[in-house]
Formats: sequence, structure tokens, C-alpha cells
Amino acid sequence: MNTECVTDSRLEKILRAGHFALTGECGPPRGADTEAVRKKCRILKDKADAFNITDNQTSVVRMSSIASSVIMMQEGMEPVMQMVCRDRNRIAMQSDILGGAALGIKNMLCLSGDHQRFGDHPQAKNVFDLDSIQLISMVRKMRDESRFLGGEEIKTAPKLFIGAAANPFADPFEIRVPRLAKKVAAGVEFIQTQCIFNIKKFSEWMKQVVDRGLHEKVFILGGVTPFKSFGMARYMANNVPGMDVPDEMLQRMKGTPKESQADEGIKIAVETIQQLREMKGIAGVHIMAIEWEEKVGEIAERAGLLPRPTV
Amino acid sequence: MVIGERKPFEEIVKMLNDHKKILVLGCGGCVTVCLTGGEDAVGLLSSQLRMFREKENNSLDITEKTIERQCDPEYIEQISDILGQIDGILSLACGAGVQFVAERYPGMPVYPALNTTFVGGSKKEGYYVERCQTCGDCKLFYTGGICPIARCSKSLLNGPCGGSTNGKCEIDPQVDCAWQLIIDRLKSLNLMERYEQIIEANDWRSSRDGGPRTMIREDFQR
Repeated sequence: MNTECVTDSRLEKILRAGHFALTGECGPPRGADTEAVRKKCRILKDKADAFNITDNQTSVVRMSSIASSVIMMQEGMEPVMQMVCRDRNRIAMQSDILGGAALGIKNMLCLSGDHQRFGDHPQAKNVFDLDSIQLISMVRKMRDESRFLGGEEIKTAPKLFIGAAANPFADPFEIRVPRLAKKVAAGVEFIQTQCIFNIKKFSEWMKQVVDRGLHEKVFILGGVTPFKSFGMARYMANNVPGMDVPDEMLQRMKGTPKESQADEGIKIAVETIQQLREMKGIAGVHIMAIEWEEKVGEIAERAGLLPRPTV
Repeated sequence: MVIGERKPFEEIVKMLNDHKKILVLGCGGCVTVCLTGGEDAVGLLSSQLRMFREKENNSLDITEKTIERQCDPEYIEQISDILGQIDGILSLACGAGVQFVAERYPGMPVYPALNTTFVGGSKKEGYYVERCQTCGDCKLFYTGGICPIARCSKSLLNGPCGGSTNGKCEIDPQVDCAWQLIIDRLKSLNLMERYEQIIEANDWRSSRDGGPRTMIREDFQR
């Protein structure tokens, strides 16, 4: 892997220096309350190298990813601005990419976006002018060639470290590595995967990734989400599209007394991280503690990932 | 063909509130095939309307007619002699037909009795499915004859999103994942290498937002 950084991203420095990277996640509030963002930030600070700021996740309106990212930077942390293709066309996306970079954002994550059917505005018209792969290649072109998608020159190019997601558990399975290969060909530099509960299936996917040599072209961060309870595990197994929670995992949560289920969830997350660290081609982990940010530090600590390296 | 679905009866009744004598105009094209706008549909809707207005003590005089196609000026001419006897037209054609009739007769209100829903075909009698969004730049070569623009709920051009589960779309377990169908088909055709090709950002100029599209056969313009 190339060790020379092309941006000022701390996450990029960590990864290119060969450290096992750790990213977290912060969902913006459903209101204009900056203090809500700051509060989450204070909980997460120093617990990971960078933190994703979601872009209207599950199609529910929230404070914008750019604005929340700026608040996070004011708290002395590094955000990963998420951007979905659902809500904006290529004009608005490029404009926001320039705006985000101008405000000091150094990482972005290119996503298709959940369908609006799931959100609080199912009546909305979706855009999908671009898909996530086309978005990746557009940002690369903006950054490396100083050109807009339309071909015109950009005076000051946005220097962003470019990420995307991969879901090894969605169907059809045989397309999941080729789809990652397309993202790599489009120019993605780091990948955060869907939450890993089925480590066996994940390692099958990872083996194909390594066989194709993709792990030498892109940093792969395994996604980890702690269960708060058996109820949450069951919900994720049955109601979240593209999520693979194996039966034995459900049984393990179910068999744990209610008052210890949260701790068991954390234990599973820590075990998963340990297994991922041993896996060839894994460059780090991405902890998504959904509305449970206070546990990110504990998980990272117990997995031996703290303190974070300085770069 | 163009599929149309009849509007709710109450909505049709409301549109006709201020009218006394109308023409209920059927179309012999696509909407006859999909059973919503042909002669039978005209007869059924007309008697429903008559009965309803009769009950309201506000009778409605209805002339019924079905022409070959409402999207063709030649056939629309055939109703010009009825115009003097009516104060409005209820068209059972698709949106194109309604507009062609309205354009031809500027002084006459023309109302739609159908919602034009999609371009598709029949799986079996009375069961219609969408297949095309008329984007104007057919990509079926790359996708094994299955359209991701019309059939993927996000119109993704480079493969399935992370929500595809057991062959179904994340929006609804009844909806097939278009990309699962595409992959299955590419596999059966031994053409999986086509999937690995990145389809670049689409040029939507051929699609719906560049003003009404035209298709002109110069050789017919003399």
C-alpha cells in the first residue's frame, strides 16, 4: 500500500503509517441544537481516530452532515462527512464537497443512501442522479485532476480522503467482491463494512478480497456494532435489510439474563474486533454504537485499541 | 404499452360537478389492452356516473364513444361532430391521449379518468408490471436485458445496494431486486464480465427533464 499521504486527513495518516485504525460514528440531532452534537463529541473524543457523521441516515431528516462535521471539528475531532446519493444531484453534491472541504473537512464517505420509504418523508422524490461508485469517481476527479464532473477546471481542489461502504452480507453474495473491485477501480481509498455478526461469512468475503489483491489497494475497516439487548439483536436480524445476524448469536444474547445483556453485547463486539485484528487484509475497525456512543470508549479500551496513536 | 389505472370514482365525480352533458371518450390503444380505457370501461364508468348523478337529482347526459387512438389527430377528428352537444370530455386515455384531445379542441374542458401509471406489459390477464422509464438511452446491453433504471428502486447503474436480501429489494419483500435478476441473467448468459465494467454517470438529457421530447422521421416530413 502507498505510504504517502495525499490529504491532511489524520485517518489517512494512521492508515498509511500502518496503524490499526479505529473509527466511530456520530448521528446528528433532529433539530438545530449544537449542544446535542457537542455532547456526543465530548463522549467520543480521543476514543477513535475519526468519526463518521451520518447524512440523514434511514432517510430521517437530521442536522446536515457538513454542519455537524464543522461542530465536531470545533471540538477538536476529525469527522468523516457522509454523503448519500438519495437527496442531491451532481451539482449540489459537488457544491457541498467544495463547501465541506473549504470548512476543513478532510474525509468523506460515499454512499447510495437508504431508500426514503423508511424515513419520515416517504412522499419525497429521490434523486440518485449518481450512484455511490460514480460519486467516488467524481470526488477523485475533483481532487486529483482538479476537474468538475462536467470537465471544467476547479481552482482549489477539495483535498478529501475518500471512503465508501461495503456490505459483504447482502445478496447476491458472489457479486459483493466484484462490487468492491468496482469501487476500488473508481478510486476509493478506505472501506467501512456493514456490521459484522457473521464472522464466518465475513472471512469468506475477506478471503476473496485478498485473493483478488484488493486489500493492497484499499484500507478495509470491519464494521462492529454492539447489541444493547436481545431485543435489538432480534430487530437487526429481522428488520434491517442486508443485515446478517446468525442464529447462534441470537441464542447467545437470548440465553443471557436481561441485566447482563448489554455487557454481553459489548463482549461480543470486543471478541469480533479481536478476530478482525487477526484477519489478513483488515486495516482497522469501524464501531457503530447506535445511540450508545458512551460505550465506544469501553469497547476500544477492552479491545486494546486505546490510547490512539499520535500521527 | 402504456398502463393506466382508473382514478377513484369520487375524484371523477368531483371533476364533473359543474357539467351537465359530457362525452365519455374511450381509447382503443394500450388502455383497451390493459382493460381500463376501452369500450367496456367507457360503458361501465358511464352507467356508474349516470346512476350516481340520478341519485343526486342532478342528472348527467352522457354520450359514449371509443376511438381507435386518442394520441393520433386523425382519430380525434372523429368526435368533432359531437362537440356541439356536450360541455365537457372525460377521457379514458393515458395522459398523452388526454392532452392530444385537449390540444385539438381548445374551448372544451377535457378531464382524465385514468392515472397513467407506467410503461410495461402484462404478466397474465389483468396483471401488469412496469419495465421501462423511457430514459431515452437504453442500457439493456450492459444489464442482460433487465433495466436497473426502471426496476431498481434507486436506479443504481453499477450494482445492487447493501439492502438486497434473498433476491428482494430493501423497500418491500414483494419487490424483486433488479440487480439480483441482472446478475442471475448475466451468469446464465456467461457474461459476468459485463458487470465489472463501470457505467459512468448517466447523461439524463435524454430523459424527462429537458422539455417534452420529440422523435421526428425526416423522411415523413415532406
